Formats: sequence, C-alpha cells, structure tokens
Amino acid sequence: MGENKVFSVSKVWKGVQSHYCPGCTHGIIHRLVCEAIDELGIQDRTIGIAPVGCSVLMHAYLDVDFIEAAHGRAPAVATGMKAVRPDCMVFAYQGDGDLASIGMGEIVHAVNRGRPLTFIFVNNAIYGMTGGQMAPTTLIGQKATTAPRGRDIPTYGYPIGMSEMLAKLKTPAYIERVTVAQPKYIMKAKQAILKAFRNQVENKGVSFVEVLSTCPTNWGKLPLDACKWVIDAMMPEYPLGVFRDFDA
Amino acid sequence: MPKMLMKGTEAIAEAAIQAGCHHFFGYPITPQNEIPEYMSAHLPEVGGLFTQAESEVASINMVMGAGSTGYRVMTTSSSPGISLMAEGMSYISFAEIPVVIVNVSRGGPGLGNILPSQSDYYQATKGAGHGDYNIIVLAPNNLQEAVDLTQDAFDMSQKYRMIAMILSDGFMGQMMEAVEINPRKAEDPVVNKDWGLGFMKERGKRHLALSMQLNPDMCEAHNIHLQAKYAKIKENEQRWEHYMLDDAELVISSYGTTSRICYSAILNLREAGYRVGMIRPITLWPFPAKGFENLPKSVKKILDIEMSASFQMLDDVKLATGCKYPYETFGRSGGNAPSVREVEDACKKALKN
Ligand SMILES: Cc1ncc(C[n+]2csc(CCOP(=O)(O)OP(=O)(O)O)c2C)c(N)n1
Ligand code: SF4
Repeated sequence: MGENKVFSVSKVWKGVQSHYCPGCTHGIIHRLVCEAIDELGIQDRTIGIAPVGCSVLMHAYLDVDFIEAAHGRAPAVATGMKAVRPDCMVFAYQGDGDLASIGMGEIVHAVNRGRPLTFIFVNNAIYGMTGGQMAPTTLIGQKATTAPRGRDIPTYGYPIGMSEMLAKLKTPAYIERVTVAQPKYIMKAKQAILKAFRNQVENKGVSFVEVLSTCPTNWGKLPLDACKWVIDAMMPEYPLGVFRDFDA
Repeated sequence: MPKMLMKGTEAIAEAAIQAGCHHFFGYPITPQNEIPEYMSAHLPEVGGLFTQAESEVASINMVMGAGSTGYRVMTTSSSPGISLMAEGMSYISFAEIPVVIVNVSRGGPGLGNILPSQSDYYQATKGAGHGDYNIIVLAPNNLQEAVDLTQDAFDMSQKYRMIAMILSDGFMGQMMEAVEINPRKAEDPVVNKDWGLGFMKERGKRHLALSMQLNPDMCEAHNIHLQAKYAKIKENEQRWEHYMLDDAELVISSYGTTSRICYSAILNLREAGYRVGMIRPITLWPFPAKGFENLPKSVKKILDIEMSASFQMLDDVKLATGCKYPYETFGRSGGNAPSVREVEDACKKALKN
C-alpha cells in the first residue's frame, strides 16, 4: 500500500515561528490565506497589505510581496495598487480596530467602489496589539482595559456588525462571516477565503470575509475557553453566514 | 508641443501626464480643483485611471499603494488637505516610495480661506508628519517653471525613491501663461522592477515595502540610510536664482509668487537708483544654502519677503548666511499678497534703517 498524502504545508507559508500568542487564531487564518493563494497559483502576482495590529508582521510569514499600511488605511493602499496593477491580486488583512474604528471610512469606500479586491477582516472583539482596549466590535458587557466595567450601551452604543453594514451597499460581490473557532467551522472559513480570492482572479468585484477570531491573552481565557467563547458569546451577536453573493 | 496659453493648475496636470503619470488620486479642494478635473478628463486618453478619493487621508494612502508598484503617481491638494496627508507622508518616507504631491496652498491656519498664501513652508520643509524624514520641495514662480519642475519632481522622486512636492499657491494655480509641455518619460514607465511590488515573477523573489522596524538597531540603521540619502540630495540638488545681486546693498529673500512681485519692485527701485537684488530659492528643501554663500561685499542687509505672518523661510535664510547680517521682514498673509508698491516701500525703509 502506498502512502496517501492528506496534508502538506502551503509553499506560501515561510515556515518561520510566528510571534502570535499560544492559542491565537490569527495563525489559522494566515494558513487559510496561504492555502487559497497556493490553490489558485497566484503567489507571484499577489500583493498583501499588512495592517497595524497584531498581524502587522504578516509579511514575515507569507512569501508574497507585501506593504505595511498605516493604521486603518489598508483599503486605500489596496485601491491605489489595484488601480495601477489590475493584473495583481491585492488583499488586505485587517483587525477590528484597524478596519472598523480608525479605518471605517477607507473600508466603506473601498467596498463601495467595488473594484476587485479581497478583504480579510479579523474580528476578535478587542484591540490585541495594544493590550486589550475596547474595540467597536467589543460585546455589550465585555470587559476591556478601557471598559473595566464592561462595554455599556449609553456610552458606546452597540457592537458594529461590519458584514451586515457593508451588505447594505449595492456593489460588493461577496460578503460572508465565518469563524475558525472549531475545525468544522475552519473548513467553511477556508472555502470563504478561497472564494474571496477566486473572485478577484475572475475579476468579479470586491469580496469581504469577516472571521471571528480569538484573543486568549486579552480576553483572559485559555485557548480552548476562548474558542468556546467565540461560539457562545460572539456568534449570537455576529451570526455566521453569507450576506452577499453575486454567484448565488 | 507648441506654446499654449494655459492655467497653472492645468499646466501642472498636463506636465504630469507628459512625465508619465497615468494614475492620479485626489480629493476636491479649492484652489486646485482643476487638477483632478483635468486628470479625470485626460487620463483615460492615455490608458490611465483617475480616482476621486473619499478624503486626503485616503488619497495619500492610495498614492502610497500605487507608487509602491514602481509607476509614476501623483496627488494634489491645498493646505488643509496636505495636513491630512501628514501621516501618510511619514509612512511613504520610511518605505521609500516615489510619490509626487502638489500643494496649491491657501490662507490659513484652519479652514482659513481660498486665497493664495505661503504659510505652508514649515509644513513642507520641516516635515508635516512624525519621524526623521524630509521631502523634496520645489517652488516655481512662473508657469513654464511649474511645468519643468513638475516633470523634474517625477524624475527626482523616482531617482531618490521619496516624496517630491511642488509648493505653489493660489496665484500660480489660477493665473494663465504661455507654456510649452513636452513628453518627459523615464526609459520605461515602470522604473524599477527591483523594488516595484507586483514583480515577484520578474524578480524571482518578493519585495517588502515596510514602514516599521521593531529592532531599534535596525530602525536606527534605516534612519542613518535615509539621512545619507538626504545628505546626497542636499549636496546635489540645491537650486536658486540670483537676481540683480552683483552690487546690491539690500538683498531680498523670497520665493514663488512673492518673488515675481519682487522682480517688478526691484526694477522700479533700480531705476530710482536703489541697489536692491534678490536670492530666490527654487528648491525649498534642500534649502539652497549655496546660493547664499559668498554674497557680494556690497550687501548690507537682508529683507525676507513672504506671504506669511511668521516669515517661515527666515530661519533658513539666517542659517545659510551665518546670522551675520541685519535681517528685516515684510509680508502680507491670510490670503493677501504684497503689492509692488508695498515691496518698494519696504525696501526703501530697510535701506534707510
Ligand atoms: C494612528 C495610530 N493610532 C494608534 C495606534 C496604536 N495601535 C496599534 S494596533 C492598534 C489596535 C489593533 O487592534 P485590532 O485592529 O483589533 O487588531 P488586533 O491587534 O486585535 O489583531 C492600535 C490602536 C497606531 N499604531 N497608529
Ligand atoms: S494579543 Fe491577542 S490577537 Fe494578538 S497575538 Fe496575542 S492572542 Fe492573538
């Protein structure tokens, strides 16, 4: 009986040890991005945009051209690149502070213009890199270092559902919310990220995938408890699903 | 191309297109709206793309992304919009991305007004954003020069991989003069595939356009590299004009629009027997210190004339002349320009004191 190879590491992954905290799911999402680039055979014409946030060093892990954008500005950088290089596959990978707070303007307009781009939005309901401050996506009652009594509605309103909000626009080709908190969800997340890239290869317009992710460190939870919290606490506020799909 | 009568803003836009700039990103603001309007009309004719950004914050980041591919790109704005670009300019400088910016400046601070002003000298030459960086700043005083300097700005920004800015003002933007605009192309629109993003295939390896370095020694090394580049530019790129300097007792320091008013005043003053001349910086950064060296023995005083209430260029003039002359200032601000008569009176007063 010959051996049956069921898994190999994507050649886009640089194989270095990452700086992410143990149990952080940024790494899983990185892997899914690598596999999508690999499967579509676009490694040498992909340009990544690293955000400001824990994934600012994403370029250290993926072997593609990369630029580092200022906090929240990745969608504008992406728009500029794609204008000049429509033949390149341009993707931005952004956290919730980056995309939904300081960069709210840039993402809304980039998605509304609809130029073929791929956005991977990592929603972990907190500012990871700066040490656990409140994000626009922090849940009601969730504690953060700048909301020690928990986020409250009179002061900060409700968490922002970016996928729902962007789906109000007419232009986007594809918007889906997924998570990587359990293996069964990871398979779906992989398909979503692959589709978001394939849409760009096929010049189909702008794709936006929101990924519910963990921050065990700043949530003060063990990795497995953090995954459980995504399912028990985050998913009711941020239901998974397809919000827009031109193909469907 | 034969000479044509053109408005300043449109001449700059056409000069950019003829220099190989086929991608433009900008947000409307008076008094420079004709540039984005011109670009939106004419870029499609050369296979390019115009993008109206949602803000100047977005424009500067769009040119950062676009410029990182190695192509020639530009954004234009006026004072308040340039303030919003400060962050992006700092990131672009770290990442060493060639970008051309035009500031058709206006009265400030704040929303100020839409009239011409020269109160953005500090912002342009001392760094609008954070960190140890400089940008090349070119200040034309007539439209042919605006055309030539715009095209030079593209060459210089590509050569040194940094921002080059045209600092003009509402007068330069709105006036009309005859200009000749010829194609000025780099050998290839993509100047350098060694570092242009999107050329991984051609290069055989990837390139990173980073704006961060966590390791302090490596960050310092990058800063030292940038400073060495800036030192080379200071050595090689200073430009200035001497006007009737030879026997001058009074030397005016002035740039851009104001220096044109000074030409007329100097001619009148000379006719009346006053020995007045002028040094006009053309590069504001690098500041043309060489142009202030070895001034004739006849020089007794320097009169700095600007459309600025705080005479932002004066410090550089003093440094360049070793603080060894008496210095006086004259100017108007807030959107006012000095008249020829006012300049003449200021010169006479300076000569008397
Ligand atoms: C202009 C600016 N403001 C603030 C910061 C500080 N800062 C760095 S990362 C960050 C938030 C990151 O949070 P998020 O985008 O949610 O990503 P995560 O770290 O959770 O992955 C902030 C506020 C900055 N770098 N630049
Ligand atoms: S701080 Fe949070 S988001 Fe950042 S690496 Fe650690 S666990 Fe991940």
